[in-house]
Amino acid sequence: MVFFTYLISGISLGSVYAIIALGYTMVYGIAKMLNFAHGDVIMVGGYVCYIALNSLGLPAVLAVLLSMLACTVLGVVIEGLAYRPLRQAGSLAVLITAIGVSYFLQNAAQLIWGATPKNFISVVHFNLPAGLMRLGLSSEALITVLVCIIIMAVLTAFVNHSKLGKAMRACSEDKGAAQLMGINVNRTISMTFAIGSALAAIAGVLLCSSYPVLQPTTGSMPGIKAFTAAVFGGIGSIPGAFIGGLLLGIIESLAKAYISTTLANSIVFAVLIVILLVKPTGLLGKYAPEKV
Amino acid sequence: MKNLKKTTKVDLATYIGVTVAFLIMYALQTGGHLTSSISGQLVPICCFIVMAVSLNLVVGISGELSLGHAGFMSVGAFGGIIAAQSLAETIPSTPLRLVVALAVGALCAVVVGFVVGVPVLRLRGDYLAIVTLAFGQIIKDLINCLLVGYDSHGLHIMFNISGLKSINDLHLEETGKAIIKGAQGAVGVTKISSFPAGFILVMLTLVIVLNLIRSRTGRAIMAIRDNRIAAESVGLNITKYKLMAFVISAALAGAAGALYGLNYGSLVASRFDFNTSILVLVYVVLGGLGNIWGSIIATVVLYMLPEALRQFSDYRMLVYAIVLILVMLATNNDQLKALLGKIIPHRKEAAGNE
Amino acid sequence: MNEKRPSHKGKMVPLPTNSIIPERDLAVTPILECRHLGIDFGGLRAVDDFNLTIGRTEIAGLIGPNGAGKTTVFNLLTKVYQPTRGTILLDGVDTAGKTTAQINHMGVARTFQNIRLFGNMSVMENILVGLHGEMNYSTLSGVLRLPSFFRSERIARERAMELLSIFNMEDTAEALAGSLPYGAQRRLEILRALATNPSLLLLDEPAAGMNPSETAELMENIVKIRDTFHIAVMLIEHDMNLVMGICEGICVLNFGQVIAKGTAEDIQSNPVVIEAYLGKQQ
Repeated sequence: MVFFTYLISGISLGSVYAIIALGYTMVYGIAKMLNFAHGDVIMVGGYVCYIALNSLGLPAVLAVLLSMLACTVLGVVIEGLAYRPLRQAGSLAVLITAIGVSYFLQNAAQLIWGATPKNFISVVHFNLPAGLMRLGLSSEALITVLVCIIIMAVLTAFVNHSKLGKAMRACSEDKGAAQLMGINVNRTISMTFAIGSALAAIAGVLLCSSYPVLQPTTGSMPGIKAFTAAVFGGIGSIPGAFIGGLLLGIIESLAKAYISTTLANSIVFAVLIVILLVKPTGLLGKYAPEKV
Repeated sequence: MKNLKKTTKVDLATYIGVTVAFLIMYALQTGGHLTSSISGQLVPICCFIVMAVSLNLVVGISGELSLGHAGFMSVGAFGGIIAAQSLAETIPSTPLRLVVALAVGALCAVVVGFVVGVPVLRLRGDYLAIVTLAFGQIIKDLINCLLVGYDSHGLHIMFNISGLKSINDLHLEETGKAIIKGAQGAVGVTKISSFPAGFILVMLTLVIVLNLIRSRTGRAIMAIRDNRIAAESVGLNITKYKLMAFVISAALAGAAGALYGLNYGSLVASRFDFNTSILVLVYVVLGGLGNIWGSIIATVVLYMLPEALRQFSDYRMLVYAIVLILVMLATNNDQLKALLGKIIPHRKEAAGNE
Repeated sequence: MNEKRPSHKGKMVPLPTNSIIPERDLAVTPILECRHLGIDFGGLRAVDDFNLTIGRTEIAGLIGPNGAGKTTVFNLLTKVYQPTRGTILLDGVDTAGKTTAQINHMGVARTFQNIRLFGNMSVMENILVGLHGEMNYSTLSGVLRLPSFFRSERIARERAMELLSIFNMEDTAEALAGSLPYGAQRRLEILRALATNPSLLLLDEPAAGMNPSETAELMENIVKIRDTFHIAVMLIEHDMNLVMGICEGICVLNFGQVIAKGTAEDIQSNPVVIEAYLGKQQ
């Protein structure tokens, strides 16, 4: 019974990681960059939702939508101002810039909203039947898992069948060729950031609903873990991000329960290392040998 | 001496520049002309110069992105503290004890460097980066579980994996002292680091790294970076040279960590987290990949920058972030670079040297 | 370009293994012997039943239409790919389980179709990397700058200048390898390979992108390299003037299989070869 409780909390946490990892993996797949600021977009999403709920008194659904809108705009602006000028530059230059953006967002949040943690009130307002509650299932966990599955399904359909989705896949294979086929590469990358950031907002709201402490550094650790999850599943792969996120959440939750609270993160990272050593491109990653 | 090679001249200028800077700062410090805040930053700056130069060996020279360099600094710091604290009576001479502590710190980092490097260096690119990040986190967490004390029976070491044990479980004698108290970190450390020691460590690092780069070993490391397959085809053992760069870099970071740790009365493992690794990486990238004197200058400037931005008070980290982004944009965007080239004509030539 | 250059070409004699080698190399172990060599990529048989013997001082050509598997053969010989089937003997020694670097230590050096120089290093440094194995000081003596470091470096630099003089490239020694013109990059790759002191030099399209006068010079230099260093050279090339002009034994590959090995005259009149290149006569 207790095991079941931990498993559920792991799946719920893993779903949040999966949603964040989707943003990482989409951006990596298309722009070939590690967007270290992605975790901080989550934090901004959390704050916007908090403000909308507490200061503006909006209903939960509107607050979430507002937060998604804000993050989408933020993502597109970051991409346009900081990353687009560096499209021809080396990957390290882009990485450092992303770190700069991350510092910027954290410090801006601290100036605007202060360093003291805010107590986030969950956006989920219904109660589960007592039987389910006793199993350790919370309404937040249920919603989180459902949202994650929906996002996953919609995103897969979108990438495989829509025109923009096909353009994204074309850009991730070969930007030059995509451009020659009449695809607007800059716009496609911009849209990828928009989608990734909107997902980050949802992840932020869900994360804060389950773990209600909101502060400027809230996004850092989940960001790093989701990044790990994306690599775990094979970075660039959407189902990989989903599986990686879930596994990571479950491993973390079980490690915390059965091995050591202080070492839970380490255990997660150790599993990642072992997986990468056995399968150097992650669970679902593609191996592209170098042509000689 | 006209026929000295360009690289030799650059190296010589680096040594002279560092020495002159040290002499000036040391004279000012001993003369009491420095504010206590600047004076207190001299040793940390030396440590971070060593960190940046050693990371440049991995990222710039060997071409592998490492996001866990602070992990080696951490291992060196706590290894050095344990050595210095437990040898306090055996080696009464402070400078000698510092040397031993630095050596122990470097040695600890070498061991960890091997353990990390052998599996990690089989991976490539971003995968290698994420695994070094993971190792950095693991090292931090493990040190957070460490309980170390010292008494007449020698060292007592315990791993507090369950999180339930405390320093009392070591059952030290009454005369014994606690050295590392788990998540509280190292406590009651005798400060034995000094600015001249920092200077010597920087010079030693420069000699090792610069001479290494200009030797056949360094050329092999750079050849592997430039073209792995071609390097193999001329008979180079890829793993051996990648590992060599990684382990030498870890050793230097370990020594820097020991010097850093012995500069404070107490130290926690979270001081060497992911952000510290990133901070050093920023120094390396802004200083120029593979450019050793660039790393030194970038470290000094960026380490002092938050201090210099003090007038912006609350906004200083925000300004720091903006400066970082703008510098990256200005140095890596072709249009902006061309524009800068027009304003500052000699800038082009400098870029060619990198 | 039809003038005959028989001066350097030896008399070729057939072997029981269906290969030919120069008569002068008969007394010594052949430098290279491939037996039933093959590799599959997934379901594709990229190279199959490849048999070839190369004499100790032979200049051999490997030709065939695009996609025939020529570069794959080089990659098999240098263990960039591990063969699925067959054996490779270098100087009579089996190379099974060896790595690319070990193959180089056994005396095989190569160039690449898509040039692979150490682009951020100088021309001199590129050759010094090739001379890595010839220098015998340790990493520690390099860091401590012991006398052995200076001695070894000085000798290596002199040797590098000698190598550069083969192609009259001494004055480019300090230039960045990546900034050289295309032809010079190809020549530098040959010198870097030579620096590793090979007994078999594999050249992958050495004349690609060169104009006719550069190619003619290259032909002379390949023969000169063979004569100076007493090594075997095996080259892949589409320029038939070069192949027919300097190669003693020519091996023709089509769809991963050897369809002929013989002298230039044999190959030019072989109907199977003509068919592979031009298609079946209707």
